[in-house]
Amino acid sequence: MSAAASTDVPAPVKSAHSAGRFLFWACVFLICAWVLVPIYLLMVNALSSPEQVSGFPKSGLPGFDFSSLQFFASFSGVGRALWNSVLVAVLTMVLSIGIGAPAGYALSRFEFPGKEVFRMLVVMTRAFPLPLLALPLAVMFIRTGLDDTALGLALVHTVLAIPFAVLITFSLFSAIPLEMEEAAWTLGCNRWQGFRKVVLPLVLPGIAASAVFAFTISWNEVFAAAVLTIENRTLPAFLIQNLNVSPLHLKFAGGAALVVPALVFIFAVRKYLFAMWGIANR
Amino acid sequence: MAEIVIRNVAKRFGSFTALHSIDLTITDQEFMVLLGASGCGKTTLLRIIAGLETPSEGEVWIGGRRVDHLPPRERGIAMVFQNYAVFPHLTVFENIAFGLRMKKLPQAEIDKRVNRTAELMHIEQLLKRYSGQLSGGQRQRVAVARALAMEPDVILMDEPLSNLDALLRLEMRAELKGVLADSKTTTIYVTHDQVEAMSLADRISVMNGGKIVQAASPVEVYRNPAARFVGSFIGNPPMNFLPARRGADGQWQVAGLSLSGPATRDTLDFAIRPEDVEIASEGFRATARVIEPLGAHTLVTTEVDGKLFRAVLDSDLKVAPGDELRLAPKSDRIRWFDPETTLAV
Repeated sequence: MSAAASTDVPAPVKSAHSAGRFLFWACVFLICAWVLVPIYLLMVNALSSPEQVSGFPKSGLPGFDFSSLQFFASFSGVGRALWNSVLVAVLTMVLSIGIGAPAGYALSRFEFPGKEVFRMLVVMTRAFPLPLLALPLAVMFIRTGLDDTALGLALVHTVLAIPFAVLITFSLFSAIPLEMEEAAWTLGCNRWQGFRKVVLPLVLPGIAASAVFAFTISWNEVFAAAVLTIENRTLPAFLIQNLNVSPLHLKFAGGAALVVPALVFIFAVRKYLFAMWGIANR
Repeated sequence: MAEIVIRNVAKRFGSFTALHSIDLTITDQEFMVLLGASGCGKTTLLRIIAGLETPSEGEVWIGGRRVDHLPPRERGIAMVFQNYAVFPHLTVFENIAFGLRMKKLPQAEIDKRVNRTAELMHIEQLLKRYSGQLSGGQRQRVAVARALAMEPDVILMDEPLSNLDALLRLEMRAELKGVLADSKTTTIYVTHDQVEAMSLADRISVMNGGKIVQAASPVEVYRNPAARFVGSFIGNPPMNFLPARRGADGQWQVAGLSLSGPATRDTLDFAIRPEDVEIASEGFRATARVIEPLGAHTLVTTEVDGKLFRAVLDSDLKVAPGDELRLAPKSDRIRWFDPETTLAV
């Protein structure tokens, strides 16, 4: 009894601290693994020869064999699908930010009747299942001649991306105090100059982030792309059509071709996504 | 020359009237403080002068020019905001230079003015920093420097010191007064802090419920409040009020004391500042309730005729709660208010 009591001392604070550190790094490791392991496996298999991909046991290391990728790249229609994907995604990005950002600004700065209802309805567009919309849209697009065009598909993707663009930019603009703009007005700016010289530089990182988001929504969207295009397929639509019947190594090559550009794009704008000018990005 | 004339300005937000027909003239180079509790319309009035708010009616004239239809940038004003509004994406130098660049001044002139105002506000060593690297007091200095660099006819300040801690506020207050007096601009300064108002102002406009109750020099506002509200709002502790009734002999009966006063009506409110009473053989019968020694003097809260009555007395005085005192008002400091209109008589 007395022996038990003598060992019953509180654990030193230091050990609780190191347990906390262990937990922290375990979480860091887990999150990194969550993101990096699938990408790693995708890359390893995309860079391996067909025999290595289907063979067993695996080495876990890339074979640096570009034959799958080469075959995939020379696969007829891939280049065109890739170009279509980029075109549609860029159009989506431009349209959704071009329409969404002014809406976000208006929501954050002006009082108008139906403002709250609008904020609700803007999310409602996501409530419509795309398959429900696809058929009437296809019919309408054929009538107007928008079917099988990059613009037509970009319009549909814009509809999908715009609620996010509006809501993200709304919160971005709301984070800039109105006083900032008013200060600019008293210092000689008109409304547009105040926006360009004060608000825009402050929201640019956020705008870039929401543009990337719109880009990836379009880049990854497959259903509308598969229904609304025939000749001018985007990459996901092209892959879903062709890779179903392809061997495993080609599927990996196609997957890599989808993931890599998205990664590169986000990497290119990463500095806008982090803190700038010595202030924490809100 | 930048005299500001406000004529009949009113502002309504829906059914709420923020300002009732304000008339005010601020002379060239005057330091005018708009003082009032929050929600009294003082900030709204300032924003109307700045052009950030449009009046529902009335006219605003600055330097002989009618400006109420002009945007802020064409009014010849500069403004210092409550939260400073220092642009976080620009250095201190570029913040101060912002308005000068909008005016398209030559670079040499911009350098000269930025350096001069930075020196004036003691921030010349901070010019390369960003707002995120500054303390609240330093941001405040940048905001004032940015306004001064414009060399405006009018500087508008919206509670500029309210976000600073007490010691810093005291220091900035004295500094602002010196800098603004030298700059020869007309200044309108909004605050809810009466000490700030008293110490800075050439003239104070006391506002209440969207109206200007009194516009006069600090001492005048303190000594001769135009309305009961001014007496109870300004001064810490505020004025004492007691009901007075006119007797058959024409003298005013106030809590058992007979005083001479204006012969206007049958009832009036008697008013006296707490520091304008003294211990005497003849006076109000006052029961001490709370004694607060403050060093230089002692604040004694008493009850006179069932009413709260404060007296600022000499700190040598020995007094304990429950003691009975005789407090005599200094006759030349007595003020009278009409209980119905609440205005001074």
